[in-house]
Amino acid sequence: MKKIKCECGHVNPEGTVLCEACGKPIEGNQHIDGNKKDSLLNMRYEGSARRSQTYNRNIIDKVWNFFSSVKVGVWLIIITLVASSLGTIFPQEMYIPPGSNPATFYEDQYGLAGKIYYQLGFHNLYSTVWFMLMIALIGVSLVICSIDRVVPLHRALKKQKPKRHHTFLKRQRVFGETNGQADVEAFKSKLRKQRYKVWDENGHILAEKGRFSRWGPYVNHIGLIIFLLGALLRFLPSMYIDDFVWVREGETAVVPSTGGQYYVKNEDFILENYDPDKDERFQEALMNQSAPVASNYQTNAVIYERTNNDVVGAEPELEEIQKKEIVVNKPAKFDGFALYQSSYQLDEFAAMSFTLHETDDESAVLGEFTVDLTNPEMEYELDSGARVVIDEYFPEYYMDENQPRSKSKFPKNPAFVFYVYPPDGGDPEVSFAGIGMNIDPTNENQYKLSLAGYDTRDVTGLAVKKDYTLPFMAVGGLIFMIGVVQGMYWNHRRIWLQPREYGVWIAGHTNKNWYGLKKDIEKSIDQTGIDMPEDQQQLKG
Amino acid sequence: MGDLVTISSNLLYASFFFYMIATFFFGGTIRDKKNSSRGKASTIGISLTIAGFITQLGYFFTRWAVSKHAPVSNLFEFTTFFGMMLVMAFIIIYFIYRLDVIGLFALPVALLIIAYASMFPREISPLVPSLKSHWLYIHVTTAAIGEAILAISFVAGLIFLIRQIDQTKKSKHTFWLEFVIYSIFSTLGFIIVTTTFGAMDYQAQFQAPVEGQIVAVEYHLPAIAGPNDGELQTAGAMQPLFDAPEWMRGESAARKFNTLIWSLVSGLVLYGAARLILRKRVAAVIQPKLKKFNPDLIDEVSYRAVSIGFPIFTLGALIFAMIWAQEAWNRFWGWDPKEVWALITWLFYAFFLHLRLSRGWHGTKSAWLAVGGFAIIMFNLIAVNLIIAGLHSYA
Repeated sequence: MKKIKCECGHVNPEGTVLCEACGKPIEGNQHIDGNKKDSLLNMRYEGSARRSQTYNRNIIDKVWNFFSSVKVGVWLIIITLVASSLGTIFPQEMYIPPGSNPATFYEDQYGLAGKIYYQLGFHNLYSTVWFMLMIALIGVSLVICSIDRVVPLHRALKKQKPKRHHTFLKRQRVFGETNGQADVEAFKSKLRKQRYKVWDENGHILAEKGRFSRWGPYVNHIGLIIFLLGALLRFLPSMYIDDFVWVREGETAVVPSTGGQYYVKNEDFILENYDPDKDERFQEALMNQSAPVASNYQTNAVIYERTNNDVVGAEPELEEIQKKEIVVNKPAKFDGFALYQSSYQLDEFAAMSFTLHETDDESAVLGEFTVDLTNPEMEYELDSGARVVIDEYFPEYYMDENQPRSKSKFPKNPAFVFYVYPPDGGDPEVSFAGIGMNIDPTNENQYKLSLAGYDTRDVTGLAVKKDYTLPFMAVGGLIFMIGVVQGMYWNHRRIWLQPREYGVWIAGHTNKNWYGLKKDIEKSIDQTGIDMPEDQQQLKG
Repeated sequence: MGDLVTISSNLLYASFFFYMIATFFFGGTIRDKKNSSRGKASTIGISLTIAGFITQLGYFFTRWAVSKHAPVSNLFEFTTFFGMMLVMAFIIIYFIYRLDVIGLFALPVALLIIAYASMFPREISPLVPSLKSHWLYIHVTTAAIGEAILAISFVAGLIFLIRQIDQTKKSKHTFWLEFVIYSIFSTLGFIIVTTTFGAMDYQAQFQAPVEGQIVAVEYHLPAIAGPNDGELQTAGAMQPLFDAPEWMRGESAARKFNTLIWSLVSGLVLYGAARLILRKRVAAVIQPKLKKFNPDLIDEVSYRAVSIGFPIFTLGALIFAMIWAQEAWNRFWGWDPKEVWALITWLFYAFFLHLRLSRGWHGTKSAWLAVGGFAIIMFNLIAVNLIIAGLHSYA
């Protein structure tokens, strides 16, 4: 590496623009930061030697330079920003009505635009490869940008000396010459009073405060990188579980994705609505609404742990570990898992009772039986000796091209094909029965099944989550906040004073908030005989 | 309890008038020859602003006492709160920089925002289960404070642009600056039109097909654009000039479209009248009155507001939002439109800061970015709530 020795004696690395120690512009390197002769110095990164500005020989240099460019970073931000907004034109796939087919939904709802939207994959935009690639590129750019700058910046701020080259002072934005006596000691003590650190090198003075704010951007970038890594970890199955379970009232179900270790019982599901008569404060708003407004979704749950997990095939032995009223915003938590109130279904059919009687005479009853709809028995012996056998069961019955079928295994609209064996043991009759229907396919049946009653119960839908990436997210977010506050709410201010033959020169620099810097200078020169320096970069107008 | 509701809304009215009178006093400071804020008009202006702010706090807490939840849960409440925080942000900036001119522009913006908020249903509404959380007010208030401080950067940016842009010749700059002013007039137009027809209790009922069913659609403004294939039911109401396009689905889409047309047209009328009277670009008329202000300082206020507001916005609109979403919906991020637009706002200001810090975008460019950022915030507040529905849609 080619070192550059400055006239002050300091040896700078190749590519340095302003000497790290005295700030003298190094000849031949001024183009790097766009410094023109006699114009103000570009003080970005203290004119230190950044790798990206120094080497451009091989492929590694080129990749490094590409990603370390703020211009590239800014473009990556803009592209991501525009892409994100495209995804909000129409709802994402996860927000379209459940059960609808995205292939037809978008075209049906939004016409040609919807079709194009779907075909371009915008209905799932945020999980497309190219969108994730954009995020990844931003991540890479963050890392390289930060390293490229923070190392030389740190070096330059550590090596800086109070004694500066005169051109460095003269070419600062805030600069002033004072001819005549100056009370330098008073100046120093006034700076100290404003919590500046003051160094004096043979009358050359450097006062500095808030240097740590210069590290803010790098700290917040570290936070962002940790956050992005956390998001990446979600793709590891052991780090992140997202599952779902329906539990009927009174039932105990195994919690999925726990390897059969945990069970949850739904003792009761509660849906409450606001009552305009009872709740006076919301009366007006509730009257203006046609539909009732829910105030609470709640599952009274008991969580069990299986104690004989090691015995394969044995009946699970359950031990209660928690009783919890799961409501929205208050999940049940156990062993890293969390159960969230996520969905519900009111009044699902639980059991149906039928009466068997003679077709012509409803009072001639041959017996009654009840079918458990979640776990039906296939055969029912009645008191009269008649037998009823379930031939087919459709939990959610519908007609599909004249064929009865079931949409799901949930008893939302149960229907049965029954074989009814008469008490005398003759040939069975076929009967088709469901909610509000009773079909005799032959029209010759001697016996008829009538619905005698049914039980309903509510079903709760619980989301099962386990998320070990949250701590990463939390730490990343926290570090980002620390960094951004550090960089934004504090400023790095420096004031230099240089003794001259007939008085003193002073200059000032800050990374932002020049107004604050000038106020500091104003206070520190008060009654010291030093003139207020000028802002050499006032916007003309 | 009913009394407390009345007291609460009266306090809001009172604060509105305080802000209005304060604006006039800040207007008075413009005529001072000196560029200092030690004048009497300035002192009265800021005192009235603070009085208005305290009164509005009174509105906020009395309403909280009645509803038993922080009044930031519907569009009216949130927007009013945003206006209040804008005033607070101005008060903070005033005591750092002592610039009256910021007040002269920030207070009217706050007034417009509060008046705009009042156009939406004002009754106290119940909370659905997912909103029942302390995070409701932690997340919403912090996000609003962040956005309000960012809005100050827009105010300063606007002042900068009006002062700096060359008005002697027509340019892209003069066009877009007039466009911004026109947008402000449109908001004013929306408020005037809605209030006027509201006072007249104007109603027009339509029967229109929505999703294959004939439903009743109610308009509170005369229909310039009626519902697609709609039939007017109310006698004496204005016949629509044309039907809303077919692709506008949903019960209220046509009505919202009609409101938008009214706002744009009334804004055009107001702006046109202003141009006719002034015989100049509106910005060109204001420009000479701003000449005494140091553009460098205004530029710095704009940047300072972003640097104060950005971290608060991040905390409120992204981090607190994620914590709450994790509790309520068991995912900290769901790509809900409002979330996405908060992210876009955040990316935009990150972009602003990077350009400013490393590429030296100062002055005019930076001021335009501040205007753009505010446009995104307003888009998220208005358009995303009213047009793109999602978990956050209030109205």
